[in-house]
Amino acid sequence: MNTLIFRTIAPFLAALMLVFSVFVLLRGHNEPGGGFIGGLIAASAFAIQGLAQGVSAVRRALKMDPLGIAAIGLLLSALAGFLPFLGAMPFMTGLWIDLNLVADTVPVSSVMLFDIGVYLVVAGTVTAIALALEEKETD
Amino acid sequence: MASTAAVSPALLEQAMSIAPVPPEHWLIVAPVLVPLAGGAALIALRHRPGAGRALVGRLSILLLALTLAANIGLFLMVVEKGALTMVMGRWLPPFGIAFTADRLGAAFSLSAAAIALLAAIFTRGEAGTGAPAYGPEPFHLLLLAGVSGAFLTGDIFNLYVWFEVLLIASFGLLALGPDRAELDGALKYGFLNLAGTTLFLVAVGLVYGVTGTLNMADLAMRLPAMEGVPAVTLAALFLFAFSMKAAAFPVQFWLPAAYHTPRASTAALFAALLTKVGVYAMLRVLVMLMPAPLEELSLLIAAIAAATMLFGGLGVLAERDLRRLPGFVLISGIGTMLAGIALHSPGGATGAIFYGLQSMALMLALYLALFEAARLAGTPDLMKGGGLYARHPLFSGLVLALFFAAAGLPPFSGFWPKALIVKAALDIGAWWLAGAVLLSGFFLTVGLARAYMLAFWHPQRPPAPVGRGPQTGQAALSARPQKLALTTILPLAVAALAVIGFGLFPERLLQLSGDAASGLADPAAYVGSVFPGAKP
Repeated sequence: MNTLIFRTIAPFLAALMLVFSVFVLLRGHNEPGGGFIGGLIAASAFAIQGLAQGVSAVRRALKMDPLGIAAIGLLLSALAGFLPFLGAMPFMTGLWIDLNLVADTVPVSSVMLFDIGVYLVVAGTVTAIALALEEKETD
Repeated sequence: MASTAAVSPALLEQAMSIAPVPPEHWLIVAPVLVPLAGGAALIALRHRPGAGRALVGRLSILLLALTLAANIGLFLMVVEKGALTMVMGRWLPPFGIAFTADRLGAAFSLSAAAIALLAAIFTRGEAGTGAPAYGPEPFHLLLLAGVSGAFLTGDIFNLYVWFEVLLIASFGLLALGPDRAELDGALKYGFLNLAGTTLFLVAVGLVYGVTGTLNMADLAMRLPAMEGVPAVTLAALFLFAFSMKAAAFPVQFWLPAAYHTPRASTAALFAALLTKVGVYAMLRVLVMLMPAPLEELSLLIAAIAAATMLFGGLGVLAERDLRRLPGFVLISGIGTMLAGIALHSPGGATGAIFYGLQSMALMLALYLALFEAARLAGTPDLMKGGGLYARHPLFSGLVLALFFAAAGLPPFSGFWPKALIVKAALDIGAWWLAGAVLLSGFFLTVGLARAYMLAFWHPQRPPAPVGRGPQTGQAALSARPQKLALTTILPLAVAALAVIGFGLFPERLLQLSGDAASGLADPAAYVGSVFPGAKP
């Protein structure tokens, strides 16, 4: 696996996949995509980077334990479920506001917050598993 | 949903609950939401430099206390107002997922939260086996979230999801330790439980295929009236899946193989909560949703119950390891609860619910006490330790009370539900089932008395020559200090007091169990809280 071509391409590929994962996440509300598949793409990016540059380089670049990222995602999703409490609505009710940006209005919702949480949970968990497996292989 | 305005309000009202939700109704989801979010926060915190075990431990106790408070609030509200429902995301059942708390669910959830708090307090005094960053506290919270979710959900597929949540959390707890024995136990536990939950999923799929609904209240209304439904097949599938979870007779072998390997607080938490989730699911799905097929299967369940009870009793008689001993007591208790379910009468169900509630406190105390006894004696082997009574008379007295309760001797808590079940069995002429309850109680009495004589009354035996024992845990066991910390004694004492209290003053719990059982036999209140105005 450790060819020159792979090592040269991997950082570009990983960066591209990370951008694409965010695109898939945001697209997911009305079209195919979403937090789960976006998180998987992000985790594959980290896994590729781990194969090319070594696991410790990826861990340094992530700054945080992957399971910690997953935990923050779970917290975000729980928070998204809790927000309707303030409006006397049941758990997990979707809340929407239209953000007036300069050129356009963008609808922002608690559903999206939930999906970002899912993205982080999947990305963190799968990255943790992938890095642990790659670590064993290099021993 | 951005296009809500385009849909006519009348149409929307059929699909969504528009009425504002009073803040106190959030108590229905709080027992799940608080530990879930709290567990996530603790996992995120545990890697922060400087945060460490101590902070995570203290926060976990705070969060569990908060969960317990929410559970107390929910329980009081349910006792006062009857079953309560909250629908997720406003979508109305049967399509939206409902959380429905009735007396049974609220009582089980309340005791589970209390048990988890006690176990977390016990953890504070335990010497950690793993790296400092990997304490069990976050998993305690996630496990409790799964257990409470299973107790409070009103949707049968959602029940499966909570089974998976608690399974994942329990994997985490089991695999935390570095020992080979622990991984071995985790593997057996994991494989069999995975098989059980997969069967459960198959059964859920079949239910959806034949009825087109997964909401429990909807099923309670429609299932009994439906024709051409393979109801007995469904009930048998559920029975098998939940039996695996609860460790009933032919599929109980994973329990003694797995529950003695982790640390004391983990084993105690599992013993107190996980098998009860299986029993609860049987009560909810078989007794409430499928009374007619349950009737047809009752002889089979009774036979399973008798075999489970006798297996547990014989196991207690034969076991030499102090840490494996309570596993057989637990299995025998599962058999007793199954007997109550099999009887299919108000008395039987009341007995099963009463037994389940008191057994949570009893199993927690028993596991903590016997693991602690193994630590104090320096060895888990009954034949090698000894002399505990001379060194720790108060602790030994506590254990004696727990043994009496486990054996079902009056005036301790195990006596009343057994008496109820025996009476209910004799009422319908099932003398052999009553006999099995009594015989297993006799086995337990003899077996526990033997264990008490060998480990507590017998004078201390000289330590075995060094370098002989194959068990890796043994050296660690004897190396620890020989005294009892407050964090060790406090949860033990509280749980033991609960056991003694339930035994001496059973009226309140009896009343509660009876009410919960009648709520299962006639789920009108349950259905009414999900579908206001519906007639079952």
